[in-house]
Amino acid sequence: MSSPAQAVTAAPAAPRARRPARPAALTAVAALIAAVLALPLVFLLIEASSSGLHEDGSLIFRSLTATLLWNTIRLTVVVTALCAVIGTAAAWCVERTDLPGRRVWAVLVVVPLAIPDFVVSFGWASLSSWIQGFRGAVIVMTLAVYPLVYLPVAASLRGADPGQEEVARSLGTGRVRTFLRITLGQARGAILGGCLLVAMVLLAEYGAFEIVGYQTFTTEIFTEINEAFSLPAACALALVLVLLSMVVLAGEGLSRGRGRVSRSGALAQRVSPPQRLGRARWPVLAGFVLLTGLALGVPVAASVYWMTSGVRPSLTGVPLLAAAGYTALYGALAGALATLMALPVALLAVRHPGGLARRVLERSTYLVLAIPGVVIALALSYFTQRYLGGFAYQTGPLLILAYAIMFFPLALVGVKASLARAPVSLDEVARSLGQSRLAVALRVTLRLTGPGLAAAFCLVFLSVITELTATLILIPTGVQTLATQFWAYETNLSYAQAAPFALVMIAVAAIPSIVLGRFFNRSADPGMVT
Amino acid sequence: MTARRWGTARLVTLAVLAVLAVLLAGCGNALSISSDGSSQSITLYSGQHPQTTDKIVAAFEQKTGITVRVRSDDEDVLADQIVTEGRRSPADVIYTENSPALEFLQDRGLLAAVDPATLTATPARFNSPQSRWVGVSARVSVIIYNPSLISAGQLPRSVMQLADPKYQGKLALAAGETDFQPIVTAVLRAHGRAATVRWLNGIKANAAGHIYPDNETITSQVNRGAAAFGIINQYYWYRLRAETGAASMHSQIAYFAPHDPGYVIDVSGAAVLKSSPHQAAAQRFLAFLVSRQAQEIIGRDSLSYEYPVASGVTAAAPETPFRDLRPDPITVGQLGDGSAAIALLRQAGLL
Repeated sequence: MSSPAQAVTAAPAAPRARRPARPAALTAVAALIAAVLALPLVFLLIEASSSGLHEDGSLIFRSLTATLLWNTIRLTVVVTALCAVIGTAAAWCVERTDLPGRRVWAVLVVVPLAIPDFVVSFGWASLSSWIQGFRGAVIVMTLAVYPLVYLPVAASLRGADPGQEEVARSLGTGRVRTFLRITLGQARGAILGGCLLVAMVLLAEYGAFEIVGYQTFTTEIFTEINEAFSLPAACALALVLVLLSMVVLAGEGLSRGRGRVSRSGALAQRVSPPQRLGRARWPVLAGFVLLTGLALGVPVAASVYWMTSGVRPSLTGVPLLAAAGYTALYGALAGALATLMALPVALLAVRHPGGLARRVLERSTYLVLAIPGVVIALALSYFTQRYLGGFAYQTGPLLILAYAIMFFPLALVGVKASLARAPVSLDEVARSLGQSRLAVALRVTLRLTGPGLAAAFCLVFLSVITELTATLILIPTGVQTLATQFWAYETNLSYAQAAPFALVMIAVAAIPSIVLGRFFNRSADPGMVT
Repeated sequence: MTARRWGTARLVTLAVLAVLAVLLAGCGNALSISSDGSSQSITLYSGQHPQTTDKIVAAFEQKTGITVRVRSDDEDVLADQIVTEGRRSPADVIYTENSPALEFLQDRGLLAAVDPATLTATPARFNSPQSRWVGVSARVSVIIYNPSLISAGQLPRSVMQLADPKYQGKLALAAGETDFQPIVTAVLRAHGRAATVRWLNGIKANAAGHIYPDNETITSQVNRGAAAFGIINQYYWYRLRAETGAASMHSQIAYFAPHDPGYVIDVSGAAVLKSSPHQAAAQRFLAFLVSRQAQEIIGRDSLSYEYPVASGVTAAAPETPFRDLRPDPITVGQLGDGSAAIALLRQAGLL
């Protein structure tokens, strides 16, 4: 199967321009999904306008705003840069080198994404009072969100054509230059996508900053809701966040620029001989031990400490297993739904680029990531209660839809990066070889996009595990997830009872990484691909 | 060529629609607990601690046969949620730790009048002046301090002294905590606006580096020696002691001078939503909250460490009896929804 694929790579993207540019059905579905994702934005506008321009203005244009703006921006820039470096380096080492214990690291490096903010920050804050303010926020957030860069980059490196690197090397290009120009070039879309996610997640982060005492726009939004009962004011501030995220989106769009992501030879995917680390092996290994030690060891140690320091259980709650079951169920369904919803939007963006309207449609779906979860949940509450007569309110399906909306951009980045590697020309080749449409979809498109789809699913699944504020509003009455039960204990000083829930969250987070890791190791087997 | 290319798109479209349909319709029953309550079931939106609610709810269910479906969240989010849900709110009763959330809902016209008989169980000064919520229990603001960092003699006698530069680096503050607002309101009432703003600026400077998200954090940080002292509601200290054991308590509590604006009673209360279709059952729950049985659970049979305020029940746990407290005379009506305090906290840059 690799020979037709390589034949196709010889013919570049030229014919694409001649294709009919209006895929009506796909556009309609994508527009419908974008409309659902726009609901929280509509809610923000409705609420913010209810308090009047004057009030919103005096809330936004006050002295604290400048501080909040500066705090938010400098944190976003520093943490995004750090995550880009750490996430990309870790992904490259795991996917492309002979790093000892690659499979184990592949699981361990993504788990920090599923540790609740409170556990991470409290673990750190209880280590030393040095971990406070800007410094504390940078450390805690970098260690919590670098997997958002790691996952898409690893997926993209896994699917990339090692042949290009070999060609470059055979032409006498040095190792470092090859890495910088070819490898990073191949992963560029994924790196930028990951950075976009990091920046936008930072804009909406709350729990961690509260603990390290760092004020941003989002902590202020929560203050408005938690103290002042002022949902309109909170929504007015959230609109500023949306504007900020538009700046981030524009920045990402510009830096993506016209640099073409290589689409060649996706079917030529095969196991490349891993780069030998040689003498660098031990320092790199030490780096991984340090990274996972800090990102994983500190919160786990804090949880274990709590578990052993309490004297008696004082509260009743749901059993650990029941909470874990609901968490996994909601996470898996939300991951699947978000990935499916991302497919049409990604297909439109990747296969039918151009056209301002369609580009705006795709970009608009990212904005939801910068809106705090509590606002998204209240938006769904508003619309279901007002326009659907309360249909499905506080039921599992609506909660899953809420998760899929909140974390849609995470899925979109994964799906887009992988679709870019499955050029439509390959579908056409397969069809011309007599394969049925279904077979093409399953055997060509799905196989090529598999790693990206799996990364998309994982990103959403991991994020759902720790989601709290929206869950509390929308969860069916009487049901507890790991996060809500952890919160119930933790806010009541029952740390000893809370700690096992934190540890199980970490364990549940490891499951998809392990399963998918095994899946990829098998499907990357040379015997199966060729 | 076009037809072929559409293969993937159409497949994806169908798959998306299928999954959406399944999620929204098919597994609705499997994934959720039925949300249509019968008349023998009420939904409680609770901002109270489970230490207080768990046993009360169980006793009520046993006594009346009415099922109580509890949803817990921060009381402020619950209040916003009820406003957003509007006429169809699933909530029948809201039960909060502090009065401002109830005052807020009352001002919005969302609360039903409480049965007069229920109101008489609680002293009138702990009920809503408009009779739309009933006081259930109370707490008092105290100083928590770590004797290895500050001696009892060095502690402030008045909350106004917290702004004294000599406490720089020693004070822990949770300005965003619901329990701090009433103190600001009391200071504002006692000393006026200008003095309150100066005072807030002073404590902000003194608490730099020790500004925490909530009273729980102040309690644990002072206890482990990260800060010398702070202001909390008394029950956090007792709960930490119950949780970790007396041996690991490295902190103590102290009171402000009698009638000081820092010496404030916070009232926890409950109300029936006007929109509730289960008015009778909801009113019964309120009546039960202030009954002797529920008040004794709060005062004697739970780890709540709040003061019962109704039916003449007294608390067993906090050493200082409720009648011996000498708080600032501010009323729940004067505490209101706390918006004046919030405006000042914002002006000082603490919110």
